[in-house]
Amino acid sequence: MTAFFQSLGMSYEWAWFVATVAGILLIALPLMLAVAMIIYVDRKVWAAMALRRGPNVVGPFGLMQSFADGLKVFLQETIIPSASNKGLFLIGPIVTFTVALLAWAVIPFGPEAVLADINIGLLYVLAISSLGVYGVVIAGWASNSKYPFFSAMRAAAQMISYEVSIGFILVCVILYAGTSNLNDIIEAQRGHGFGLVNGFFFNLLLFPIWIMFLISSLAETARAPFDLTEAESELVAGYQTEYSSMSFALFWLGEYANVLLMCALNAILFFGGWLPPLNVDLIPWFDIPGWIWLFAKIFLFFFIFSWVKATVPRFRYDQLMRLGWKVFLPLSLLFVVLVSGWLMFTRYGVAA
Amino acid sequence: MSVAQLVKSFTLWEFVKAHALTLKYFFKPKVTINYPFEKNPISPRFRGEHALRRYPNGEERCIACKLCEAVCPAQAITIESEPRADGSRRTTRYDIDMTKCIYCGFCQEACPVDAIVEGPNFEFSTETREELLYDKAKLLANGDKWERALAANLEADAPYR
Repeated sequence: MTAFFQSLGMSYEWAWFVATVAGILLIALPLMLAVAMIIYVDRKVWAAMALRRGPNVVGPFGLMQSFADGLKVFLQETIIPSASNKGLFLIGPIVTFTVALLAWAVIPFGPEAVLADINIGLLYVLAISSLGVYGVVIAGWASNSKYPFFSAMRAAAQMISYEVSIGFILVCVILYAGTSNLNDIIEAQRGHGFGLVNGFFFNLLLFPIWIMFLISSLAETARAPFDLTEAESELVAGYQTEYSSMSFALFWLGEYANVLLMCALNAILFFGGWLPPLNVDLIPWFDIPGWIWLFAKIFLFFFIFSWVKATVPRFRYDQLMRLGWKVFLPLSLLFVVLVSGWLMFTRYGVAA
Repeated sequence: MSVAQLVKSFTLWEFVKAHALTLKYFFKPKVTINYPFEKNPISPRFRGEHALRRYPNGEERCIACKLCEAVCPAQAITIESEPRADGSRRTTRYDIDMTKCIYCGFCQEACPVDAIVEGPNFEFSTETREELLYDKAKLLANGDKWERALAANLEADAPYR
């Protein structure tokens, strides 16, 4: 895009600046739209599995429901509890929201369509998604209220626990792909299964890792079976209890942007991102732009997320911790050893 | 842990089964009634909004016997009466406090002339509390408005009384 703006007669610096801002808007605005629609999808899927209809009044098929909710929330009064730490109280949701958007900078939507094509893409994603917990902890602490504080501590412990196993899972992928640039990881998946299937999931060694990654990403985003941070039967609404109006909406948007990010990571790391599912030119298979494939995969994973939410009851907190530290951590460590050993034998020859 | 259990737990077998079940339900027809547009059928005995009925010639049925006032467990009904010019006894005041009413139906059971009845209407929410303090005019208006449904319901229920 920089070249395009240069052709309009800008200097390189200005062209780069304008192109980057345009790129950010091109990602952030559709992402917000996607979040609105994905909240709708979430409610619809959940309702359908409970034999309900879900939102179906606002707009055709209820499609405008999220916008109606957004407008309602926007028009409400922002209540700041008098005992809260006002500065931090307002910074909390901003941090959550900003961080949720930041990670999208490295997500590739096509071979060229990536805002920041950096070689440490995966590390960047890990670092940013770890920062997300700050928003929650700050919000919980600044609310100066019991339940938000409990929730913040739970969130911190939960996110850190699952970050560890996600780290090892990502190491396996990095080992297999030989790079941590997300675009190169996707390229490495081309024809991974017998030259036919694009995606690391078609690999006996990486399939269990994908399952672990899927479950960890549910825990990382505090989605359904692991949504202990907002377990309404115990903690009212968790760290969002004291929030209203736009600050509440920012949490909501940030949360779903994070969920979408995790869906995108599932798609990129294990299901070939913007590659078509099969490496065969069946129909005009390769002519369909990459971002459509990526969106389809993100949608598929989001459906799985909603599906899990509609199916599995909430975990107890000690079960959550047990699963994180006593099951996933040893298993992912084992798989790092297995994957690196397998690669040593097959790809690099036996260590002589 | 037996081998079978181990295999089951590592393949997440129970989760897979549960998800298959929910996916089945995902495609089932939905049971929700599209409320403002669709409504459930209701029994002729349904105890909804109150109404005071009239005889076909337009004379009001209520003779101010105050049985409903006496039987009302919530004491929601207030009645005052006076002989009319033609000598018949009628109410001058018949109030029901709908915020007190528990919709038990005792008033219509007690009524000897089928004057006070609870109709099939349940959509009478108001924006202010005062609108729920029904007076005689409102109740008679309800009776006029719902007379056909009320009469049909009374007739449908008559064999069981």
